[in-house]
Amino acid sequence: MTFLQFFARHSREILQGTLEHVWLVAIAMLLAVLVGVPLGIIVAKRPWLSKPILGGANIAETIPSLALFGFLLPVPWLGARSDRLAIAALALYALLPIIRNTAAGITGVDSSVREAARGMGMTERQTLLQVELPLSFSTILAGVRIATVLTIGIATIAAAVGAGGLGEFIFRGLAMVNNQLILAGAIPAALLALGADFLLSLLERRLRPVRA
Amino acid sequence: MPNDSSDKPASSSTSQNSAAYRGVSPTIEMRGVSYQLPNGHSLLRDLDLTVNPSETLVLLGRSGAGKSTALKLINRMLELSHGEILVEGKSIKDWNPIALRRHIGYVIQDIGLFPHYTVEKNISLVPQLEGWTPDRIRARVEELMKLVGLDAAKFSKRFPHELSGGQRQRVGIARALAADPPILLMDEPFGALDPLTRGELQREFQSLEHLIRKTIVVVTHHVGEALLLGDRIGVIEAGALVGMYSPKEFLAATEPVAAAYVANLRMYQQAEEGL
Repeated sequence: MTFLQFFARHSREILQGTLEHVWLVAIAMLLAVLVGVPLGIIVAKRPWLSKPILGGANIAETIPSLALFGFLLPVPWLGARSDRLAIAALALYALLPIIRNTAAGITGVDSSVREAARGMGMTERQTLLQVELPLSFSTILAGVRIATVLTIGIATIAAAVGAGGLGEFIFRGLAMVNNQLILAGAIPAALLALGADFLLSLLERRLRPVRA
Repeated sequence: MPNDSSDKPASSSTSQNSAAYRGVSPTIEMRGVSYQLPNGHSLLRDLDLTVNPSETLVLLGRSGAGKSTALKLINRMLELSHGEILVEGKSIKDWNPIALRRHIGYVIQDIGLFPHYTVEKNISLVPQLEGWTPDRIRARVEELMKLVGLDAAKFSKRFPHELSGGQRQRVGIARALAADPPILLMDEPFGALDPLTRGELQREFQSLEHLIRKTIVVVTHHVGEALLLGDRIGVIEAGALVGMYSPKEFLAATEPVAAAYVANLRMYQQAEEGL
């Protein structure tokens, strides 16, 4: 049986796995953006909080992914369902690039633009919403893109805790020493990552601010 | 001022309270103003000066002399360490900083136009924050663009990166004037421009200023600009005001720093005569 035949025969399961994968990543990214962007703003605006926040996100990043799933298992609400657990772990991984890029985008706004905004009598909030965030949009999006690609890869490990997704095929293939099964998980995951990277980089280019 | 119980003696030994202005209450008054960096380094010491209504005061000095610092203290971009600044008779500490800054137009050398906004939107920002109606804003933008010599039909939809340096600075001036503030602070407003464009803008600004009787403080290290724009010229050196002159007095000044500026000006004239 050739690989293509294998793919055709199992297309339903593969599609199912892909959708689960996308769902896991999408929810995790949504959470990571909702938490990461505000944290990035705090890092940029309140220097004394930047060390603890970045430090925390850094630590999450250094924990091996399999171990992180294990650590979260005993957490009451999270550990109760494997998809919750997987999403929480993935969101934690996605946090660092988003926080870092948000902070970099905001601190990278031209100091004369910032001075002009303040001198014109804009409040800190107005400056943030009307000037700093719009000007750092493409940098923030670059962080989201990096985090998404990363998360698509790591999400294959979510199958280890039973959260489903394309990792199912990979783990099953490893256990059965079946290369076709491994590829049935790995190839769609790689294509997802490439596709997400491409689409987000298009968006990023469109939103890139013009520099004077 | 009735409650002038300042513990610092008036250290001014210059003509800053010239007869022409006596009896007029100043728009801006600095009394014994000092500014120190958090590390204790002193950038301004015991500055006393007044700016009268509708007058243009030029602060002239070298880079790093403290003249920009003095300007930034007025609109509370920096907070003064000692002394007191009154704007329209009220201490700036009693002003809401946002209200104070909206009351004062601010033009900086690097202009700081918002790169993601069109010319029109850059100019209309403060009126928008002040809650003007769209019709009033549109009319005001058109009026201002005309005032600073930009064709509204051609430029209003352009972005800052599509403008030349001179055009950008015109937009910067229009933006500072947008909500019609009675006071204007200008920090090296023409400093980033080439000499010809600079001259054009200086000349235009001179006539513009006539049109819009505002109280203006200009910071520059350019002695020609000081003579061209200033009703009075204050010379700042190493964080202290060393002299206050009318342009005419300035040319005859004996105080070393002012005299050095005049000698510098003469040097170019002599070079020209020598040809």
